[in-house]
Amino acid sequence: MNEHVKSVTAETTDLSRRSFLVGTAATGLVLGYAGVPGIDAASAAAPANFAPSVWYSISPDGLVTVTCGKADMGQHIASTLAQIVCEELGAKWSDMRVQLASNDPKFNDPVLGAQITGGSWSTMMNFEAMSRAGAAGRIALTEGAAAAMGVPASELVVRDSMIVHPKSKKQMSFADVVKSGKATKTFTPDELKAIKLKTPDQYTMIGVSVPQLDIPSKTNGTAKYGIDVMLPGMVYGAVVTPPVRFGATVKSVDDSAAKKVPGFIKAVTLDDKTATTSGWVVAVASTYANAKKAAQALKIAYDAGPNAKVSSETLLDEAKRLQKLDDSGQFFVKDGDPNAAFGSAAKVLEAEYTTSINIHAPLEPMNATAEFKGDILHVYSGNQFATRSGAIAAGAAGIDPKFVVMHQMWLGGGFGRRLDADMMVPAVQAAKAVGKPVKVIYSRENDMTMDFSRPLTYQKVKAGVDGDGKLVAISHDVVSAWPTARWGIPDFLTPSVDKKGPLDSFTVNGADFFYTVPNHYVRAIKNELAHNATPSGQLRSVAPGWTFWAVESMIDEIAAATGKDPAQFRISLLDGAGKNDGGAQRLRNTLLAAMGLSGYGTRQLPKGEGMGVACVSSQERASASWTACVAHVAVAPSGAVTVKKLTVATDVGTQVHPDNIRAQVEGAALWGLSLAMYEKATLKDGGIEQTNFDGYTPLRMSQTPEVAIAVIANGEKATGVGEPAVTVVAPAIGNAIFNASGARVRALPITAEAVKASMKA
Amino acid sequence: MPTLTINGRSLSVDAANDTPLLWAIREQLQMTGTKFGCGAGLCGACTVHVNGEAVRSCQTMLSDVAGKKITTIEGLSAKGDHPLQKAWIAEQVPQCGYCQSGQIMQAASLLAKNPNPTKEEVVAHMDGNLCRCMTYSRIQKAIMRAASEMRTASATSSERRPT
Repeated sequence: MNEHVKSVTAETTDLSRRSFLVGTAATGLVLGYAGVPGIDAASAAAPANFAPSVWYSISPDGLVTVTCGKADMGQHIASTLAQIVCEELGAKWSDMRVQLASNDPKFNDPVLGAQITGGSWSTMMNFEAMSRAGAAGRIALTEGAAAAMGVPASELVVRDSMIVHPKSKKQMSFADVVKSGKATKTFTPDELKAIKLKTPDQYTMIGVSVPQLDIPSKTNGTAKYGIDVMLPGMVYGAVVTPPVRFGATVKSVDDSAAKKVPGFIKAVTLDDKTATTSGWVVAVASTYANAKKAAQALKIAYDAGPNAKVSSETLLDEAKRLQKLDDSGQFFVKDGDPNAAFGSAAKVLEAEYTTSINIHAPLEPMNATAEFKGDILHVYSGNQFATRSGAIAAGAAGIDPKFVVMHQMWLGGGFGRRLDADMMVPAVQAAKAVGKPVKVIYSRENDMTMDFSRPLTYQKVKAGVDGDGKLVAISHDVVSAWPTARWGIPDFLTPSVDKKGPLDSFTVNGADFFYTVPNHYVRAIKNELAHNATPSGQLRSVAPGWTFWAVESMIDEIAAATGKDPAQFRISLLDGAGKNDGGAQRLRNTLLAAMGLSGYGTRQLPKGEGMGVACVSSQERASASWTACVAHVAVAPSGAVTVKKLTVATDVGTQVHPDNIRAQVEGAALWGLSLAMYEKATLKDGGIEQTNFDGYTPLRMSQTPEVAIAVIANGEKATGVGEPAVTVVAPAIGNAIFNASGARVRALPITAEAVKASMKA
Repeated sequence: MPTLTINGRSLSVDAANDTPLLWAIREQLQMTGTKFGCGAGLCGACTVHVNGEAVRSCQTMLSDVAGKKITTIEGLSAKGDHPLQKAWIAEQVPQCGYCQSGQIMQAASLLAKNPNPTKEEVVAHMDGNLCRCMTYSRIQKAIMRAASEMRTASATSSERRPT
């Protein structure tokens, strides 16, 4: 994690905001405030809930409702946080419930100080806070029960929502204690910190694959996503987006034909001072079908703006130009002197690696519903960054962010796409323009062509090997758009080593690997043209999705050039010297586990088949999971590649929910495969060419190979699992192709043509 | 006003005949379990049954379904306990869950006709349904589990039949 993230917002101390939100809650409008001191007075007539922490409350019927401040996009984080609370609280799993938090700062991440979900951070950063919250509740309930039963609290045992006094055989349920009103103990932050938590050998919930709380609602159609929000009097907005991704302006809108569409209300041209969108018009109508018809009937003239001639080719050319300049970019890593080392090296290798533009394409298209009620703007949307998205919604409305209430919904896929807030702008401005609640739903075409995509990247890696075949130097340049710089939040940027100003470490993370290489440069170079023409975002795993493509391919190339087994060569580099101590050894162990599970090197494969390895320390160096992959592929003489099996080993430290970890690792590995082989977007005349799932083609069931997974839980702190396996797969496949056929591919996605061409070469 | 026979009820909807069935179900009838994914029949998120066949409701106009029986995820079973729904829970299939109504409806149309599908038949039948979370292996396992359970149930009920 970037340690500078902590101070991202000062809102936690904004008391005016809090009192406003409490006031809102008291009128019963907002979900997620049950535990706020002060509203109990308003609801005093009803039996009071017991809320030992902002994170959950226990109702008089004994149900424990955990409020999840993280976006749940399928990683089941709401259920996972409930599980962590449940462990220390001593509740029965069937008594646990979850709800999704609003943007009240009191639900901010206790480490990040904001509501943002990403980076595979949630479990690792919330584990302690949820544990302490659960423990505090148990202590308070136990003391309440002790008072009610007239026995010492120290003699009570808590299990499955029951508090038992074994000596007297007296017992009370959590519900009994809450109803008695005797659970009154509160905790100061220091008292919370002083609570002695369970040790792993005492766990009865952590490490158990309990049924995920959200899953039944996702089998019967009752789970409510943003797109499912229905408000009284609500109308619908369909977006018309310009032919270029960014930079267009609307010259004129002719709505004469749209006016003939039944139910048409208004065409609203966005005035987006947040610069999140450009040149968008919303057709508002009584139904979405009518809004779509009206949108198609609008005749809009555009000024296409400065990016109308930009294409994938010009972005790549510009990247190559920038990389060649000595003074481009800023240093992310600057160890030793690679240039001097290259001078005395016995062998120097150079290679260029590229990745294409990639589109998130979650299956739920972007959407948001906005409603102005009095002074308050209510926004309903599944979003990964409520803190910032609320501010964008406020910017679109021209009001202070403290007047925005963000209602979180289940996310129909996130993958980083819903860190962005573009969908707030058309919903808010349309609602303002027509004076009614408006739900804006992107068409798939809007969603794909206006994605905050994974940027096109160009990387140049130069490596030097000494006379003994030892890797002595790597110089690594990474050229891309800077997705995180676009947010305009300085705390998310990282100071450069060469003091040339902040850089976007979310473009170079992973290049600061755990291999011991004495001379090592990593330069982060911003491709300004790409940054402007294709505003980029954070796509599942972010930078390690491209940096490890380069690093892990180059390590393989060096092994081949020096006649070494690529797995053994990696192990020799993971010696744990100096700053790599600890991490390197864990990564080595995952590599060994993946080798063992896959049978690497134990048998002769048929002609045309091969195995390749890769190992990664995604996401950031400071918050790494340790993940290795062995890919088994078959390469046909035509260059066509069949991935027969992926074997992934990952060291997660502590596993809260083993089955969920396997689900996440498998999904992530298949994302890695999909990005490696099947997903490619291209820019032409400033616009994304792929508009639906015919042109942009994520992995389907028939393309899914066997995925074998080894999870190493060694008792270290819990790490993230949602992303790392994405990053390890592409280089493992590329290396397997080399092993099978001698063809070296350096561009993602991998095509049969590229494999065939390299086989000939 | 077109009338729809949906989940065993007859309901009239205030929408033109050229409205996609998807939007009438979601907006007029407020049954939101059926999802919008692509609007082009490419992802399967909007799958419902029309006279027992799995169809893409985004590509089906109201005029196409006059007098036909429509079933959505809400009507697949009375209590969310169709063998496929139970298998989806047992295998803990959903991640984000957005595609899963469509996946379940697509799978249900297979098992209604073929109670003992091979893996290849499952893949061929399900390949038009995208899952962006890539839960494909669990979907396959859940279909096989449900098929097995349905066969067992049907064998049990035939055993009970008087001879």
